[in-house]
Amino acid sequence: MANDIAAFFDAEAGPAAADGVRNHISRFWEARMRREIIAHLQKGGAGLVPTARDAVARLTPPA
Amino acid sequence: MYAKDYHDLGTPAANDRAGQESVTLEIDGVPVSVPAGSSVMRAAALADRDVPKLCATDTLKHFGSCRVCLVEIEGRKGFPASCTTEVAAGMKVRTQSDALAKLRRGVLELYVSEHPMGSCPESSRCELEHLAEQHGIGASRYAGPKTARHVYTHEPVDASNPYFRFDNDLCIVCSRCVRACEETQGTFALTIQGRGLESRVSASQDQPFLESECVSCGACIEACPTGALMEKSVISVAALPQRAVATTCAYCGVGCSLVAEVTADAVSRMVPNRNGRANQGHACVKGRFAYGYATHADRVTKPLIRKSITDEWTEVSWDEAINYAAGEFKRIQAKYGKDSIGGITSSRCTNEETFLVQKLVRAAFGTNNVDTCARVCHSPTGYGLKHTLGESAGTQEFVSVQHADVIMVIGASPTEAHPVFASQMKRRLRQGAHLIVVDPRAIPLVKSPHVEADFHLRLLPGTNVAVINALAHVVVTEGLTKDDYVAERCERDSYEKWKKFVADPVNSPESMEPITGVPAETIRGAARLYARGQNSAIYYGLGVTEHSQGSTMVMGIANLAMATGNLGREGVGVSPLRGQNNVQGSCDMGSFPHEFSGYRHVSDDSVRAQFEAMWKVHLVNEPGLRIPNMFEAALDGSFKGMYIQGEDLAQSDPNTSHVTAALSSLECLVIQDIFHNETAKFAHVFLPGSSFLEKDGTFTNAERRISRVRKVIEPLCGLADWEVTMRLSNALGYPMNYTHPSQIMDEIAALTPTFAGVSFEKIDRLGSIQWPCNEKAPEGTPTMHVGQFVRGKGRFYVTAYVPTTERTSSRYPLLLTTGRILSQYNVGAQTRRTANVAWHSEDRLEIHPHDAEARGIEHGDWVGVTSRAGDTVLRVEITERVTPGVVYTTFHFPESGANLITTENSDWATNCPEYKVTAVQVVKVAQPAAWQLRRQAAVPAGPKKRRAPREESPVGGY
Repeated sequence: MANDIAAFFDAEAGPAAADGVRNHISRFWEARMRREIIAHLQKGGAGLVPTARDAVARLTPPA
Repeated sequence: MYAKDYHDLGTPAANDRAGQESVTLEIDGVPVSVPAGSSVMRAAALADRDVPKLCATDTLKHFGSCRVCLVEIEGRKGFPASCTTEVAAGMKVRTQSDALAKLRRGVLELYVSEHPMGSCPESSRCELEHLAEQHGIGASRYAGPKTARHVYTHEPVDASNPYFRFDNDLCIVCSRCVRACEETQGTFALTIQGRGLESRVSASQDQPFLESECVSCGACIEACPTGALMEKSVISVAALPQRAVATTCAYCGVGCSLVAEVTADAVSRMVPNRNGRANQGHACVKGRFAYGYATHADRVTKPLIRKSITDEWTEVSWDEAINYAAGEFKRIQAKYGKDSIGGITSSRCTNEETFLVQKLVRAAFGTNNVDTCARVCHSPTGYGLKHTLGESAGTQEFVSVQHADVIMVIGASPTEAHPVFASQMKRRLRQGAHLIVVDPRAIPLVKSPHVEADFHLRLLPGTNVAVINALAHVVVTEGLTKDDYVAERCERDSYEKWKKFVADPVNSPESMEPITGVPAETIRGAARLYARGQNSAIYYGLGVTEHSQGSTMVMGIANLAMATGNLGREGVGVSPLRGQNNVQGSCDMGSFPHEFSGYRHVSDDSVRAQFEAMWKVHLVNEPGLRIPNMFEAALDGSFKGMYIQGEDLAQSDPNTSHVTAALSSLECLVIQDIFHNETAKFAHVFLPGSSFLEKDGTFTNAERRISRVRKVIEPLCGLADWEVTMRLSNALGYPMNYTHPSQIMDEIAALTPTFAGVSFEKIDRLGSIQWPCNEKAPEGTPTMHVGQFVRGKGRFYVTAYVPTTERTSSRYPLLLTTGRILSQYNVGAQTRRTANVAWHSEDRLEIHPHDAEARGIEHGDWVGVTSRAGDTVLRVEITERVTPGVVYTTFHFPESGANLITTENSDWATNCPEYKVTAVQVVKVAQPAAWQLRRQAAVPAGPKKRRAPREESPVGGY
């Protein structure tokens, strides 16, 4: 799903796409989902497109 | 026939024209001023000098056939018909004189010769018998063996329709029914066949009503001045109603205002409310007739509990059930953490009930794990319109369509799913408005009597965004944008970026044709028509939202409307046709996990502080789980308990096996519903629900109209839904002490800026209110974004087309899409328990003749439908309504298993499932699957085991 979000923001926001994805995930994804994708990235982030990868890297880990 | 106390003014109001003059005339010596263009009959009625009439009624254009409404007008020869004569300044009218009385008696006596006094089952409501009595006619001198109408009709009574019957013996051939079918409903199913004494009302080609084109809207019954067309429920009760209660329909998002007539504490008839702004005095086969489910024998009226979903249910007291549920939720939270439980609000429940459930979850559970069934239908509408225009709602009121010159319908079939609004739309189309239909399927609106689409963009499922971009490409590259409008009202930078994007040749109709399947010239023609229309309006449905790019498409629609200046006044706009009666309301009430009522994010400290102060509890500032996320969390073991009010996730959500696996893993599932639904199979506590007839509250329809739901009968289970939620909250230790739903609305108003001016008292006074309703708009807001957009400047978004990952292959070569049929509603829990099964007793798979032939499939065969998610068996209907490569089905019967084959693909922004695109293979099989056969044998309400309709049922169903 992060890749689908990235596909939208890649077209809409250009260089700011990763910020768009990060904001979207922060506003709509529940904490355990964010934890999961952060953990996924820390294990290599297989399957994540570059914008999604950048966005996840910028996510603030949930408390 | 109308409600007994209805004051029928005889002819409709004169057309509402700007600067319309008032005309003063004298009626029986009394001066009266009425709008120019009014009829003498209407003016007389407004002056309480009603003229007798039979063929006239104020819902239909004048007809001038009965010759009862004759009057005398000073200076005019003869006796003009008051219904067809327009008022004029200084006109002097006499409605009563000896000459008039003699003429009327003569005419009435002729009518009575064919319709003997006392012959109507409800004589006190028969307009003819009432008039005849008034004129001293007890019998007709002309009556004889050859005047009775049955002499000319072998079968005078047609009782084929489950809800009403036509008795030709009682008919006076006034044509009110025929005209109602044409003018009010727009179906043109009725006509007058034969001449003279042999003339009679005929449905379609002289067919029984049930087999004809009649859609059972009931407009003809209501228009009938005698008992010729009459509800069977009225005949059965054989008594006048003791009271009438105005309430709001619980079916689709049109939200018709209805009046329930009650005899002996049961609903004897449901009629549309003449003062209902949404429905304008009309109703459909569901709202008017299909309310019998409310008293169906399947209703669960006692609380039930069980320790395991493999155990039998045990009937318990309310206290025991509530305490058990609360105890389980507390145990689960203590063991697995606060966020291990959540709740689902229902778009079938009232605003007040929905607000309470989300409050319970946020305040009593202490989590934001709350979601609503709008997740699976219109959540992309909220996202898309909020981002572009600034508000998560449609922009118009329904009557706005009467000012539209071009109407574009995208991914919706209003005649099936929103029939009362469709009638309004068809009326405008018959007046000459143009129509563009964007839909993979030839929906009935594409070509029906006196309505034909100028363009039908028959796109492949899943290519909406490609089509909207191609339309926008034509608008931009051919200079059809309204640049002045955009410059004044929209963000310049976003507009320029969007223009550059859509002008790219990659988005041209020619480039997109191989993707969408729509000929480029059709796209170009439609774009020009839409952009050049003085007032162009877009109406859309789930064919827009239920896609992997649902939110993108909503933004694309808003882009197109902004670029062409089609927002912010009557006759234009972007209007989502909401599926359920209170989808708009459930979203407004803060049912989504990331926002409070009024669409304000939970992370907003100032907003959260208001709720914390009012609710006296700390609230979480993080978004909670959405429905699909709850399923995932349940499967990974971190989500263990759910409270679901009025929602059947196991039937309505995609990929059933995934859903049921998730539900099976819960340690406590609490269901609150009126019937044992599919989800209840996985429940541990069943709390009986109350139908819309059993409670007070409000619903908010697709045009943001807040209307009252009023208690007609006492709750069968003893408690309204809001009272049950309150008890659960109290048992959990979070006090709720409302004594009436109006107090809940007062709390909503205090916490929600767009509802600040709403109260039950104001709704009762005004009839209904469209939000925003606050200091700036104390009586509500029919049209949004007038002058400026809610967000300030309108924001364009680049909407690149991204193909869905759900694609055809050699293994799954067809695309399945889904929809509704007129007589059934969603998962059918209500309509399957009414006589509406007479029209649709099973879901069928529509397939094009070419695809059928290639597979050796014949009409009526059973076919196996297999997708990447699962398989089911349906009976097939071969039709050219679908194109080669596309198949279609409805999803009203659980035994069809439509959601066994839909996938978990979803909208990128909102997780709304992609119900509308599933790659499938279809093969001929011998019979339904084993599980379907078992289910049909086990479920009494299913199509194979359904009971015969009780024709004389006092509740209009069975």
